[in-house]
Amino acid sequence: MSAGNNWVALTTIWIKECTRFLRIWVQTLVPPAITMSLYFVIFGNLIGQRIGEMGGFSYMEFIVPGLIMMSVITNSYANVSSSFFSAKFQRNLEEMLVAPVPTWVIILGYIGGGVARAMLIGLIVSIVSMLFVDVSIHSLPVIIITLLLTATLFATAGLVNGIFAKTFDDISLIPTFVLTPLTYLGGVFYSLSLLPEFWQWVSKANPIVYMVNGFRYGFLGVSDVNIGAAIGVLVVFNVALFSVAYTLLKRGTGIRT
Amino acid sequence: MQALTISGLTKTYRGGVQALKGVELTVDEGDFFALLGPNGAGKSTTIGIISSLVNPSSGDVKVFGYDLHSEKELAKSCIGLVPQEFNFNQFETVQQIVVNQAGYYGVPRQLANERAEKYLTQLDLWEKRNARARELSGGMKRRLMIARALMHEPKMLILDEPTAGVDIEIRRSMWRFLEEINKQGITIILTTHYLEEAEMLCRNIAIIDKGQIVENTSMKSLLSKLNVETFVLDIQGNTQHLSLEGFEYRLSDSSTLEVDVAKSDGLNTVFSQLTEQGIQVMSMRNKANRLEELFVSLVEAGRKEQG
Repeated sequence: MSAGNNWVALTTIWIKECTRFLRIWVQTLVPPAITMSLYFVIFGNLIGQRIGEMGGFSYMEFIVPGLIMMSVITNSYANVSSSFFSAKFQRNLEEMLVAPVPTWVIILGYIGGGVARAMLIGLIVSIVSMLFVDVSIHSLPVIIITLLLTATLFATAGLVNGIFAKTFDDISLIPTFVLTPLTYLGGVFYSLSLLPEFWQWVSKANPIVYMVNGFRYGFLGVSDVNIGAAIGVLVVFNVALFSVAYTLLKRGTGIRT
Repeated sequence: MQALTISGLTKTYRGGVQALKGVELTVDEGDFFALLGPNGAGKSTTIGIISSLVNPSSGDVKVFGYDLHSEKELAKSCIGLVPQEFNFNQFETVQQIVVNQAGYYGVPRQLANERAEKYLTQLDLWEKRNARARELSGGMKRRLMIARALMHEPKMLILDEPTAGVDIEIRRSMWRFLEEINKQGITIILTTHYLEEAEMLCRNIAIIDKGQIVENTSMKSLLSKLNVETFVLDIQGNTQHLSLEGFEYRLSDSSTLEVDVAKSDGLNTVFSQLTEQGIQVMSMRNKANRLEELFVSLVEAGRKEQG
């Protein structure tokens, strides 16, 4: 197809994906706002007052970037994995497969939908956090870059999960057994400097540490890892996962007989 | 020009099931073509390969001269697919479904909206454009899939059991619609279990069984192979001593007579013999669909040949 046709196909998939999560906003947009409000009240306000400062900031200020990032990660992932798997399950993915839509357009369309939901939720959680604490911004470009790269990365990961999934259980296994532990151990609620040296070293093998810290640097100007390394890790993982998703879809894994 | 050329097409599924064993098939541009076969014969696999939903094991498929492997996008643009099972998002509205489908083919949104109005109106769905797909009746869903397949204005429409589960009135209106778009130049390939449908609509026919084409000819020449037809006659008069010389016949009841008539004999002799015996023929019809009889005999013959 020509570039113009590809653009039409891409925007069609993107609009379709955005329409989907907006149509079911009670399932997609409200829960993160409620969950994060609870985190702010319980961890930030009640427990946080007893914890005191972390990294030179109040505990509430410290956890805000991590909690926004946690919402972005879970929602970008969930949006694409569930939407792609549903399209496979209901077989309406065939609408795209019979059409001359290039594989990369399908991937970008789904990722675009996941990123849009993640951005919207990031905004909602940020607004909720402002009710509890004065949010300061150290570097807006770093915030935007880490947010976009993280949302893209997990949207792509969700797509890969959706490609392999054969049942609805398969799309909840990775979030439950991989994503949630990595996120909680990724420095959302604590600074790595609190850990013994060995566990600090182990933690640095967790890619979510780089995302949370990169994002926190954008807000607070402090980070447990080098900000350049954080962005570098995100770029490398994005390229690698996009290549995996492209190869799988091009080959027809999980979608063509 | 040929709308579809299939040569040496084979498909072996992962479990070792050989669904296609070297299918050879050609469909002319503008044809109304029937692909028939019993369940599991390879119809859906063939259609799946043509529409890029199934990867072939070997063989070539060309759509309007475009190779499905090396010129995939051009070949795909020529095809509109109406699958057997409903495969749209049940939560989307009718208009969203058709407009999105056009978008996947690169049709800009404004033009897609214009076409949506055109095809949904033609298929009596325009009033339902804002209804969610799951709220539609079975017949409406079938028509929605036809409208969706036409949104990019393909040169060839493939319909896999398009009238399954549809009442006779809607079925007839769908036949009229398909005949109309065929007259406008769209090549149509149809699979169906209603053989009457194939006989009524299609000019050419292929019969597939166990992954091979066992017959590929014109409907006319296929039907001419039928030597004996059974007619059911509603009669009035005394049938106590009824006798038809030279014909096999059965009386279902005192006013229903079934007669097997060879093509060479014709019906006049039957009528004259009945008239001589004071029996009046009030009405008459074919007992079974003619194509159905042929279909069964061809499939059975093919199976005997294969041992």
